Amino acid sequence: MSVDPARTATDELSYRDEALAAAVRPRRFGAWYVAEHRLRSMRAYGGTIVIGGIGQPLLYLLGIGLGLAAFLDQPIASGAHGPVSYLWFVAPALMASATITVALDEFTYAVLEGFKWRRLFWAMNASPVSPQQIATGMVIAVIGRMAFVAVAYGVLVVLFGATGSVLGALVTPFVAILGGLAFGLPLLAYSASIKNETGQFAVVQRFIFTPLFLFSGTFYPLATLPIWLQPIGWVSPLWHAAEVGRTLSYGSPPGAWPVWAHLLVLLVMAAVGWAVGRRIFVARLR
Amino acid sequence: MTPVIQARALTKTYGELVAVDGIDFEVAPGESFGLLGPNGAGKSTSMRMIGAVSQRTSGELTVLGLDPDTHGPEIRSRLGVVPQEDNLDTELTVRDNLIVYGRYFGIPRPVCAARATELLDFAELADKAKVKVDELSGGMKRRLTIARALINEPAVLMLDEPTTGLDPQARHVLWDRLFRLKERGTTLVVTTHYMDEAEQLCDRLVVVDHGRIMAEGSPADLIRTYSTREVLELRFGSTRNAQMAVELADLVDRHEVLPDRVLLYADDGEAVLARVRDRGLDPTTSLVRRSSLEDVFLRLTGRSLIE
Repeated sequence: MSVDPARTATDELSYRDEALAAAVRPRRFGAWYVAEHRLRSMRAYGGTIVIGGIGQPLLYLLGIGLGLAAFLDQPIASGAHGPVSYLWFVAPALMASATITVALDEFTYAVLEGFKWRRLFWAMNASPVSPQQIATGMVIAVIGRMAFVAVAYGVLVVLFGATGSVLGALVTPFVAILGGLAFGLPLLAYSASIKNETGQFAVVQRFIFTPLFLFSGTFYPLATLPIWLQPIGWVSPLWHAAEVGRTLSYGSPPGAWPVWAHLLVLLVMAAVGWAVGRRIFVARLR
Repeated sequence: MTPVIQARALTKTYGELVAVDGIDFEVAPGESFGLLGPNGAGKSTSMRMIGAVSQRTSGELTVLGLDPDTHGPEIRSRLGVVPQEDNLDTELTVRDNLIVYGRYFGIPRPVCAARATELLDFAELADKAKVKVDELSGGMKRRLTIARALINEPAVLMLDEPTTGLDPQARHVLWDRLFRLKERGTTLVVTTHYMDEAEQLCDRLVVVDHGRIMAEGSPADLIRTYSTREVLELRFGSTRNAQMAVELADLVDRHEVLPDRVLLYADDGEAVLARVRDRGLDPTTSLVRRSSLEDVFLRLTGRSLIE
């Protein structure tokens, strides 16, 4: 081993200089090291990620394209140029729900594992990386997994002809990732604040994720719902991401929210979650 | 000698609770320095401040010539930290734990891999390289944690209660490894509530209680200053110990009564034992031993280290 036995007190200056030099890379790239570790851990369930990422859209698109869409004889939604196929309508929402599912997977138990069950964050914390970098690294890794899922979806959407615009289909994964983060970053903040897991994540799954999935205009236009249920959609990242995706696919009908408004809601949700989450990471680790 | 760690009136409070109450100490390069004290004495809090993961409330602290408040990443990049609770990544292999951790210091992957090989040899874990951490024994996990802390070739290795929870054999293996590091000139900072560990590993130590330093010196110095050369331990049975202590008190300058035994402090334990027998008293068991840091702690605080 290379611990230098010849080191003496005269090296005090060099201790300082060594420290100043050694921290340059971690200060700059610390978050990427955390992401690297996290992605390596994901390899343990890489099969699930790949099969889920490709299998889920395949099943949905087949099931809805061949089954449900054939059964609906009247179009239920319209784009800029009139009525559109059910598959077109539903595809962007399914893609966004896939990235949100990734968020639900990755920003819950993995966070508690870091703080509590395996104390991985404490190990990282003793290294040069900062709590903020730990939080950022977690997010980078999750964006990686979301990107895989969203792109896989995008490719299948194009192959199935489930979009009105191939060009739009290229951009939709970015919107889906933003939707996933708008849901995921507030969830990250919440998970980071949990000291004892007593089933909170099951509650999130059943009473937040499931209602959002059902009442966000995923399978039918939000306007179909009575007005008192529509606010669920307004606060739902899924609805906003799906609506942007639909506009990219086949344009928006008259009277729809403008794209910038949807994006703004998503950005604000993601930014607030991010700011709060980072603060909680710092508070817990320092 | 310019110290690698320098603390002056170092204080940490959590609301009303004063965890560390104005302590002063210095650690010289290549020295093996210990903080000895019972659980809750403020040792771990001090370690967290030195490790630049907890801000001091007041006082001065310099680590490697830098202020942890402003140069946390710089300091942490040159420290090796062995925490009290293992936090290895149990889902990765033994070898991958070292490599992944090395990356946090910005060490290129091939360098991490080469060092991992050396460190696995050092930690006597080479044959476990491809095993998942979950399958290691407690002693092996500790050795891996120490190996991990060495991946950045740290200027200072900090160990918080390194052998707590290990069986005696595993402790000795670990001490042997740490002793080798010490011989190579690695600066060690160790907290422990085991006196034998402090005696084994530390060139110099501070005895800490309630966040304050009670005494400072080498283990031998402390024993010389605060205790006698030998201790006579007598057991009369738990109901008679206190009463016997009163009867024997005049034989020595200092005595202590513990629940299970009486301690008589003397430079010649056998001589005192002979005088006890002369008085016709016949203890169930008797033992003459050398004074230890446990006796120093008892003298300084009136309490045992392990309660």
